[in-house]
Amino acid sequence: MIVVEQVTRHYDREPVLHAVELRLAAAGLTAIIGPNGAGKSTLLSLIAGLDQPDGGQIFLDGRPLAAYTRRELATSLTMLRQRQAFNARLRVRELVLFGRYPHHQGRPGAADYAKLDEVMTYMHVTEVADRFFDQLSGGQQQRVLIAMALAQDTPYLLLDEPLNNLDIPNAVAMMKLLRRFVEDLGKRIVIVIHDVNFASCYSDEVIALKDGRVAFQGNPADLMVPKMLESIYGMPMPVQVIDDKPVSFYYLS
Amino acid sequence: MHAAEAGTFPGPGHRLLLAWLAVAGACSLFLFHDTGPALDFVLRFRGNKLWALVLVAAAVASATLVFQTISHNRILTPEIVGFDALYIFLQTLLVFCLGGTGFSLIAPELKWLMEVILMLGVVLFLGRVFLTGRTSLHLLVLGGIIVGIFFRSASSLMQRLINPSDFVVLQDSYFASFNQVNSELLAVSTVIVLLATGCIFLLRNELDVLLLGRETSLGLGIRHATRTRQLLLLVTVLISISTALVGPITFLGLIVVHLAYRVTGSHAHRYVIPMAIAIGILFLVGGQALLERVFNLETQLSFIVEFIGGIFFIWLLLRGSRR
Repeated sequence: MIVVEQVTRHYDREPVLHAVELRLAAAGLTAIIGPNGAGKSTLLSLIAGLDQPDGGQIFLDGRPLAAYTRRELATSLTMLRQRQAFNARLRVRELVLFGRYPHHQGRPGAADYAKLDEVMTYMHVTEVADRFFDQLSGGQQQRVLIAMALAQDTPYLLLDEPLNNLDIPNAVAMMKLLRRFVEDLGKRIVIVIHDVNFASCYSDEVIALKDGRVAFQGNPADLMVPKMLESIYGMPMPVQVIDDKPVSFYYLS
Repeated sequence: MHAAEAGTFPGPGHRLLLAWLAVAGACSLFLFHDTGPALDFVLRFRGNKLWALVLVAAAVASATLVFQTISHNRILTPEIVGFDALYIFLQTLLVFCLGGTGFSLIAPELKWLMEVILMLGVVLFLGRVFLTGRTSLHLLVLGGIIVGIFFRSASSLMQRLINPSDFVVLQDSYFASFNQVNSELLAVSTVIVLLATGCIFLLRNELDVLLLGRETSLGLGIRHATRTRQLLLLVTVLISISTALVGPITFLGLIVVHLAYRVTGSHAHRYVIPMAIAIGILFLVGGQALLERVFNLETQLSFIVEFIGGIFFIWLLLRGSRR
């Protein structure tokens, strides 16, 4: 359970988040949407403990984030970012094994190798196990990073714009994979995403941020209303229902 | 052994063993080759010199390796961002205040201790300014370059003001000198180098994670800011010791660490740290032996190291810019 209480964050006195108050659903996939500069990634970084709020508190399972040690946090939540640049030429297997670090602290045991094999099979990256990470295609790199995140084996999984740099088939596959994580593995997932239609089709809960404030929180069906979308994005966004899913055809508006 | 540990033969462990065998060979050659009749004297003389070379190699290699890991680059060394400029500044300041004669009169241990403490003080102060938690190490590196320029300019101003004979004293003391090493300094330096490299080796697994960058290592449960600061202190201690022993050597660490990564074929610090130290020893001992025995040149090893290292640095920069 993630609770955000009166969280404020400034960058150089420029406020990015204004006293944000949120209580995320206990399970499922939550999508954070909103225009550029709304504070989505900042909020996700704060929840991940990568950044500290200037005011307010974030609670993870009833305990303030500040009370967690780094290692406890690393066994509770995983943050997966786009654009990973490592200062070392690492083979895929070595990199994925780093995901186990919070558990083995540098001395991997049989359980860690078992988990390694399991997640690499699950993500279909076993065949590139001995290749260097930087030689892989974008889609393969993404799968390897997800395998690394799965190896960390935490109940919470946070993803910052996971669809960036992915083509249409890969983007769809990614969202389906996240659904499987929720349903098969019982993961609690929070993602930052730009495409409202993906958010509508795949998420259980949507949070919309605008200018550092919460503009909407609820289920996707309530978000996908032209008036609501227009108030968030500031442009007309007609909505149609296709196969029971509300989608916005905004490309020509 | 699991498949992840295996890999191509010879593995990093075997390569490390070979490197240290080579080190043992080089060191015994250095000690025992062509000793002549005065065995006792020659061994003691060469032993001291060898031990100094080994200490400097260990200090420079591990300090540079750690510095590159925590600053996320493969080109900078602590010396390039101004540690040597600081050393020269402190020496110049001493000569400037005390005069050439007064400077020569201070006991070398005292001089060395003053230098170590002053360097630690300055780096701690700069660390406090630049490492306040949220600022990045890149800022520290940039700050280091600026501070380095400041120290160099201040030194050269003072060098213009002192008289020529004082300047000669100064020049003698700040060019790396592998030939004049105080054996009393060796004991103290040995303890400190052992302690500092020991601490670094204990942190080898966390150093591996730190290679992945700030955010990933935070995500994997490393106390990034604290660790970085502690490691930076160890780097400072090691560099100040090597500088006090033999003067500034800017590019040794760069070559040694780069070769260590290449030769080991692994990023794991548990292999790369000892490999870098081994290569450093081979480089210094081999270089010194060649200079003394083969070329019969009683010149300074540092000139050769800096010449080769400088070319290597430019090559790395050119290769980097082409990418």
